[in-house]
Amino acid sequence: MSRETSLNSVIGLGLLLVPLWAYWADEPFIITLSTKVAILALAGVGLNIALGLGGLVSFGHAAFFGIGGYAMGILAAHAQTYVPLMEWPFLIDGTKSMPIIWLVAMVVSALVAVLIGALSLRTSGVYFIMITLAFAQMLYYFAISWPAYGGEDGLSIYLRNSFPGLNTLVPIQFFGICYALLMIVIAFSARLARSPFGLALAAARQNEERVETVGMRPYNLRLAAFVISAAITGLAGALYADLNRFVSPTMFSWHMSGEIMVFIILGGVARLYGPVAGAALYIMLEHFLGPISEYWQIYLGALLLLVVLFARGGLIGTLAGREVAHD
Amino acid sequence: MSLVLLIEQVLNGLQSGVMLFLMAAGLTLVFGVMGLINLAHGSLYMVGAFAAAATAAATGSFLLALIASLAAAAAAGAVIELAVIRRLYNRDHLDQVLATFALILIFSEGTRWLFGSFPLFLDVPSYLSGAVTLPFGIQYPLYRLTIIGVGLAVAVALFLLVSRTRLGIRIRAGESDREMIAALGVDISRLYTVVFALGAALAGLAGAMVGAIQSVQVGMGEPVLILAFVVIVIGGIGSIKGALVGSLLVGLTDTLGGFLLPQAFGLFMDASSATSIGSALASMLIYILMAGVLIFRPSGLFGRA
Repeated sequence: MSRETSLNSVIGLGLLLVPLWAYWADEPFIITLSTKVAILALAGVGLNIALGLGGLVSFGHAAFFGIGGYAMGILAAHAQTYVPLMEWPFLIDGTKSMPIIWLVAMVVSALVAVLIGALSLRTSGVYFIMITLAFAQMLYYFAISWPAYGGEDGLSIYLRNSFPGLNTLVPIQFFGICYALLMIVIAFSARLARSPFGLALAAARQNEERVETVGMRPYNLRLAAFVISAAITGLAGALYADLNRFVSPTMFSWHMSGEIMVFIILGGVARLYGPVAGAALYIMLEHFLGPISEYWQIYLGALLLLVVLFARGGLIGTLAGREVAHD
Repeated sequence: MSLVLLIEQVLNGLQSGVMLFLMAAGLTLVFGVMGLINLAHGSLYMVGAFAAAATAAATGSFLLALIASLAAAAAAGAVIELAVIRRLYNRDHLDQVLATFALILIFSEGTRWLFGSFPLFLDVPSYLSGAVTLPFGIQYPLYRLTIIGVGLAVAVALFLLVSRTRLGIRIRAGESDREMIAALGVDISRLYTVVFALGAALAGLAGAMVGAIQSVQVGMGEPVLILAFVVIVIGGIGSIKGALVGSLLVGLTDTLGGFLLPQAFGLFMDASSATSIGSALASMLIYILMAGVLIFRPSGLFGRA
């Protein structure tokens, strides 16, 4: 086992053991914090497929996070008020069932990602960063000015959505769902990176001309990566909205896009468990620095600046060495 | 809908366009010369506005406030260039985005710490308040007219600076070949600091001028920053002409869209849903414009392919 693999198991197990301890010690707030880490890490794992593997610096992943959130909010709001989502041409009711909500969140995120990606991937570099940011901002303003689903105030859901066989209102059970999804997606993302598609995508990042020369189109590879990445971030958005039982346009804000990206950088770009380490570090900073100073984000900014300038490779890079492990 | 109202909206669009230009010009210069994407440009806009509000509160002079905004933003720009930004020129865009994102956090929270969370107010001076009467009997606020004038004057000055002065020659040379002008004996790192401070000063001026018609608060810079990104994408990165055309296009589209779309929808649906659908669509209009430009010119209207 390489150092990174053992570090990954420590991080993965740590995220499981902390809430189990909290459950034993009756500290539900710690369980909720761990759930938040798992969900935000999931969003980061999604972005990491585009950013780490594909080299696509998307500064607009809040768009998909928000779409996931609103997919949950809109479906659950209709179920809560017994008003069908649409009656024509066929009847669609709202739902409180998590698996259906997840599916809708992922499909809608993926469809929007096809549109945004098809346009944005015509460009590269700085243009791509600015355009993805702008599209996310477009959805943000749309969510604010569209009054049907709460507009600026957002939507509250009274009861958490249901999962067959579990009581999702019990914090540890909801954590279990989120943790299981995170692990499934990490395993998927590890397989994806080693699959022919993942190798071609990484090659397109390193040398576009060579990939073209062997007869593949980098544009298609990147679009596929962008769409997969968006669907995962959308799933995380749906879970996040369920955690808070609330969804608002802030899930679309550029600050959210920045935060998801920060998780990856704090943890380490293109590292399998980078987003998990980064999200855990971020939430811990927020939790421990928050009570000390109202202006804790100054410290966060300073830390981030130091990581970018001096500790490239993030937390995992610093602890496990520069070489990116392939397992 | 009267013609007078329409002309008023066109002027409002022009006014927001020229202010956007002040932001976009700095961003595009910094990108063109140094190849750097600077998210903290919005923070410099905020620094300018706060410096102006604080100076106006202390001295009561609007002119001093404007000078303070220029000086404070240029100084803040020079400091972050020397301390942070110059380490980023050789890094990839991801590092630049994150480091400047970190700067935003520091600037925003630092300003909140210094000035508190409540918005400050910067009053339009008495000699610029009130309305003037334009042809066709249009009443238009003098201050907004002044903003348009100042913005256009800065645009002209910037064109002259870049095309006629030695600094401008160096800036253009730095855009096309930085090793060469370093070899010719130009102190390239000082040039970079000067360009960065110049862009910062323009952003600070915009912040102060807009601060007098809106409130001065933490986070005021980011929405403008993102609009400025849209402008640059439309105009083409590195092109000041593109920044001007893009700014005016975005300013006019945004203002006229918010005004005309609800009315256009009102022609065939009831008033309240026309207002809600129209304004929701209007908020997306500039991004649709950007997407349209991208389909036909992926590197912007005046960008180098």
